[in-house]
Amino acid sequence: MLFNRLVSSAATSSSRRSLFSFSSSTKTPAAAAIGTNAAGEKTYSFAFAPEDFDTHNFNALPSTSTPATKAELLDLYLQMQRIRRLETASDQLYKSKLIRGFCHLSTGQEAIAAGMEASITKKDSIITAYRCHGFALGRGASATGVIAELMGRTAGTSKGKGGSMHIFGPEFYGGNGIVGAQVPLGAGVALAHKYRGIPAMCFSLYGDGAANQGQVFEAYNMAKLWNLPVVFGCENNLYGMGTAAGRAAASTKYFTRGDYIPGIRVNGMDVLAVKEACRVAREYSIANGPLVMEFVTYRYGGHSMSDPGTTYRSREEIQNMRSTRDCINGLKNRILEAGVATEEELKALDKAARVEMDQAVEESKASPEPALEVLNEDIYAPGSYNPAEVRGCEPKYL
Amino acid sequence: MDEEMARDETVFLLGEEVAQYNGAYKVSKGLLEKYGDKRVIDTPITEMGFAGIAVGAALAGLKPICEFMTFNFSMQAIDQVVNSAAKTRYMSGGTIECPIVFRGPNGAAAGVAAQHSQCFAAWYGSVPGLKVVSPYSAEDAKGLMKAAIRDPNPVVVLENELMYGISFEVSDEVLSKDFVVEIGKAKIELEGSDVTIVAHSRPVGFALEAAAELAKEGIKAEVINLRSIRPLDVATIIESIKKTNHLVTVEGGWPQFGVGSEIAAQIMESEAFDHLDSPVIRVTGADIPMPYAKNLEELSLPSVNNIVNAVKKSLNK
Repeated sequence: MLFNRLVSSAATSSSRRSLFSFSSSTKTPAAAAIGTNAAGEKTYSFAFAPEDFDTHNFNALPSTSTPATKAELLDLYLQMQRIRRLETASDQLYKSKLIRGFCHLSTGQEAIAAGMEASITKKDSIITAYRCHGFALGRGASATGVIAELMGRTAGTSKGKGGSMHIFGPEFYGGNGIVGAQVPLGAGVALAHKYRGIPAMCFSLYGDGAANQGQVFEAYNMAKLWNLPVVFGCENNLYGMGTAAGRAAASTKYFTRGDYIPGIRVNGMDVLAVKEACRVAREYSIANGPLVMEFVTYRYGGHSMSDPGTTYRSREEIQNMRSTRDCINGLKNRILEAGVATEEELKALDKAARVEMDQAVEESKASPEPALEVLNEDIYAPGSYNPAEVRGCEPKYL
Repeated sequence: MDEEMARDETVFLLGEEVAQYNGAYKVSKGLLEKYGDKRVIDTPITEMGFAGIAVGAALAGLKPICEFMTFNFSMQAIDQVVNSAAKTRYMSGGTIECPIVFRGPNGAAAGVAAQHSQCFAAWYGSVPGLKVVSPYSAEDAKGLMKAAIRDPNPVVVLENELMYGISFEVSDEVLSKDFVVEIGKAKIELEGSDVTIVAHSRPVGFALEAAAELAKEGIKAEVINLRSIRPLDVATIIESIKKTNHLVTVEGGWPQFGVGSEIAAQIMESEAFDHLDSPVIRVTGADIPMPYAKNLEELSLPSVNNIVNAVKKSLNK
């Protein structure tokens, strides 16, 4: 499989060119209008390349094509563009020293958050690690909420107490900083859904680096024992910080590493493929129990702001991914080739995303730093302790 | 646990051997029959994983009781207790709650050697965001357990294996379904005027025995059962010192950075310091990994004699 070569080439650092050899979404056959949906809207059909999916002990293959309305396509486009603009704004604010500490950007990986969000309901849940800004935005956190949090301001999603790695939102459980620890947490969220008997599930996300943590396999085991409605989603961006996947994982077929749990691998640079695979995964998990998913993707920037991202991979590799695999350009080309919308309509969305983020940056800058009095708040539930008695750095003298 | 599970549908128990085996120490006996396998869940031997799953369920609004067969095994899962459970409320600016109970036997049992004989009061007691209780008597065990389950915060309940088989007389009030012990309040087990002895868990019993010994010599010891490690009820200790002017702390855990160390430091920083007629004395477990041989094990845990000697030293008698 081309995807196998993709990952193994990253592992050996040889034959870099094969990284970029798998089918570009821009080469996928153009869509044809196939009719109308139940709401009477015109729908378009988009075919997937055979290598966009691979499966492990999984019979319900994602479809070879997907129908989509203009509104759905434009929304996917807008959501990806919002995330990219959000990360671009974060990058600039970090370089202006308005964001401190760790900051992990998902530029290049936007199709995963956008495609996943489009395939689930607001009752479903997502939990991920520290590369979390895009998912928070998709779940419904406001751009100002995210950016203000990065800047440590009152308007932030955690009132400035969490920062980049700890952003939360509606049915979004973070934003977790300890590599791999969020995976069993996600299984626990799924347990809560099953316990309450509601038809909802949880995407429990982690990177290719975290995929080697022991507790990931503990979570697999219990999720299968108890048939929890959880999808373990590995965002494989080919490098765990600076370590190529194959140098850390004895098997880089992350979608097969659930062994007794079925798996799907999806081209994580194609938002329509991500959406279709997540739709199938969601339904499967609610009806049957856990599933392991692997999204093969690529981050354009470094692991975090302190990593230039060019010491363990070539600039040529990054540039090639940007120019041939980019998820936003890929969808844009599909939309234009199929005549779904005009370039002007897409530019209007680009502008809308840019304006939204510019405004969010301004609102965040205008938002005050937390009042000093809130330092002792939120340690315990209100009423169950007295914040005034919390010891600070200044000793209490007699 | 039974009363709280009957009272609140969202309360459930999970851990190793809690269901079909009725608990390694039979603590959960009968719960599976009563509540079914949805609410009494046997886990595999994977502490980090099941603690994480329990915390995740709590973040999503359920009230798990996560049993560690002993707290020694909680070290496998301590990241989930500290980083995931204790800190999420703060990290989320108060938007996400984590109402969970971690419970199980803590501290030294008998003849189980170093890896199974450790007190975690100081470990968990140091973590903001956690509440930590350490019951001594049947009254404590029931009241603190119910309070922990009802608490909206993550609570660590440090039980003691050697106390599971000990019976206590309890009042009708304690038997009531509404009996709850407030977390963060110590209990004066015995009033006295000459010296204050502060202890938690099983050593409270030793302190009471020591007090009985001392009474024979006319020394009236006040014995305080901490009940809670965090929040620590320093106010009750201060009030007692104002009366007795002497303080001895007793615990089964290691001495360095222990519960006694913290009490000594806080007392020294408080107005009680001016009321002390002699330095605070700590009676603790020995500063060694627990030995297996019976005679060596006995030397590694505080005894009634150690407490009597400490009190006499404090009183210069």
